Amino acid sequence: MAIEVRVPTILRSYTDGQRAVEAAGDTIAELLTDLDAKFPGLRARLITDDGALHRFVNVYVNDEDVRFLGALDAKLGDGDTVTILPAVAGGAVAGGAVAGGAAALS
Amino acid sequence: MDDSAGSLERVLTIDAAILEAIVAHARRDHPDEACGVVAGPVGSDEPARHIPMENAARSMTFYEFDSREYLRVWREMDDLDEEAVIIYHSHTATEAYPSRTDISFAGWPQSHYLLVSTREPEVTEIRSFRIVDGTVSEEQVRVVNATVDSMAVQSYMFGQSPATVDYECRA
Repeated sequence: MAIEVRVPTILRSYTDGQRAVEAAGDTIAELLTDLDAKFPGLRARLITDDGALHRFVNVYVNDEDVRFLGALDAKLGDGDTVTILPAVAGGAVAGGAVAGGAAALS
Repeated sequence: MDDSAGSLERVLTIDAAILEAIVAHARRDHPDEACGVVAGPVGSDEPARHIPMENAARSMTFYEFDSREYLRVWREMDDLDEEAVIIYHSHTATEAYPSRTDISFAGWPQSHYLLVSTREPEVTEIRSFRIVDGTVSEEQVRVVNATVDSMAVQSYMFGQSPATVDYECRA
């Protein structure tokens, strides 16, 4: 099952500069494992040590944020496109985890 | 701020009308933080198209792009061969300087991070920064195509970095 994965600028160092790569998986979790096999280190920038999706990343299946589709359990179908974007957030006061952060993505 | 001499060689050039629109957006949403983007042709470093965005957090101290709107805007820019030249947000009670949270979330190293502070009603602070690998460097703000508006009550303060304003009419 071929899934196109679109990768933001700061993660392209893991994909030899490619902005779109192909991977396989029936769920986001499986896809990320497959991606990591092809592009070592990429998965660690997307998943925390607790095995959850990183606060600093948005992952979409087609038009939907996977956080509304079961996060790592989100199902994938053939021909789906997965898009990864760094979360754009901030503000005067910490509204979420600040340790690591986008720097952890690059 | 040591080593600022080198970083101040970097410049954000922005049209007065776009800067005014950003400030108006920040004032409209005050005391909640406002956020948005100015898109421009890929590689041009020219902010051309102002896109105010929703602050999904609707907070006085935190902002976050709505995830669906974010994807839609990014896809639209991609279709138009544009990129986010500026990512801006406002601070409503603190200075226009990137907080630790701002730095931790800065995921677009090619963008200018524009901070607007609306903590003073009569003066808006505007400062621009690059945030790359967790390092903040301030840059000059160069405003172009400004007009002298005798009705303007809002004045701008461009932080500690020298700012230039070009009062010229584009032919």
